[in-house]
Amino acid sequence: MRCDFADSLLHSYFDTELSSVDTAEFGRHVQKCSDCGSELVHLDLLRERLQLAQIYDPAPPSLCRKINAQIRPKAQTTLRSQPLLWHWLAAATALLFVAIVLWRMSPGLRNDDYQAELAAEIVDAHLRSLQPGDVTGMASNDERAVKGWFDSKIKFALPVHDFANQGFALKGGRLELLEGRSVAALVYERNGRLINVFVWPTQGPDKSARTGSQRGFQWVDWRQDKMEFCAVSDTDPADLEQLRQLIYSNT
Amino acid sequence: MRFEQLVLPHVDAAFNLARWLLRRREDAEDVAQEALLRAYRFIRGFHGGDARAWVLQIVRNTCYTWLEKNRPRELSVEFNEELHQQSDATPESLAIAGDERERLTRALETLPPRYREVLVLRELEGCSYKEIAAITSIPIGTVMSSLSRARRQLFVVLDGSPGSEEANREM
Repeated sequence: MRCDFADSLLHSYFDTELSSVDTAEFGRHVQKCSDCGSELVHLDLLRERLQLAQIYDPAPPSLCRKINAQIRPKAQTTLRSQPLLWHWLAAATALLFVAIVLWRMSPGLRNDDYQAELAAEIVDAHLRSLQPGDVTGMASNDERAVKGWFDSKIKFALPVHDFANQGFALKGGRLELLEGRSVAALVYERNGRLINVFVWPTQGPDKSARTGSQRGFQWVDWRQDKMEFCAVSDTDPADLEQLRQLIYSNT
Repeated sequence: MRFEQLVLPHVDAAFNLARWLLRRREDAEDVAQEALLRAYRFIRGFHGGDARAWVLQIVRNTCYTWLEKNRPRELSVEFNEELHQQSDATPESLAIAGDERERLTRALETLPPRYREVLVLRELEGCSYKEIAAITSIPIGTVMSSLSRARRQLFVVLDGSPGSEEANREM
């Protein structure tokens, strides 16, 4: 018979993740429980083995070189020997820089690229969520519970609604990383298929729905009330549109 | 520059995580590079806090997306019996393997990615449960139970014990 604590508490104790009160209490338990005592010895040995074996694999120099090469202007290597060329390159780089700034400042010009990149990120995130164990950080069909879970983690008021009566059952929510920022993901199920609705705050004005598809997945993206929504799934596009309208009219 | 201060100090951590998730250094170098360039593009999205966790979260996401496209089977199996056999990492063969570093490496590689990543983040990267939860987007309770199972499974692969019966039954 293994001790009941040998799985859960023991590992938190070993990893010094318990509060000081719990640590003291569990320390007393370990003194009496030979099961936990010997397990702790095993865990210690394992940690020591992993550290002594030096299996940490630091980045090869070639990786750092590649990163540096991609984030720095390529001109630098030829600079010293050819000062004239260097001046030309500097001028060209400055021009290019101005061009990039202008391009970045005009959203209309880069909207399509941005949208395609965002859609790719969203489909990636959706695919990841279909992996076992990943779909919800908070699994519940209770609107209040899901909203409460999000409220402690995000800084905007996320509308959470269960549309089970309309055929879109709320499954829960989780946090996702899109373009480097944390966004909320609401998970719905429609006829056995999962729909992720990603939501994040935006400064932009309201925007009507835009749809698209990537790698067999449909998405619909819109903005309302300083929030951007993007729903993605492999369901029928009509289903996504129906869910969009439900969210739209309940937000 | 922001990227140099925030991201470049974590290039080793980024590569190490990718290397253990993908099991091949060549793939890890490509995918870590892709992830770091993503971090470069998205640096404006980083609003302070733990830069290492932010970088590793991007690395982890990029690795899973890559695995999905290139080796989806590795993700679909919860306990990787097949991989376990493929890599010949039975306790017997590992005992013959002799070299401790090699032995531990092969043992870790037989674990499913989800167990491997929590072990690597905890034991090699020294992350707290909270950091691991942020990087992997799984709740802290699940981090704890995954670690406990991952360690038990590693014991089994390395030594055939302890608690092996229980660990096998649960899988």
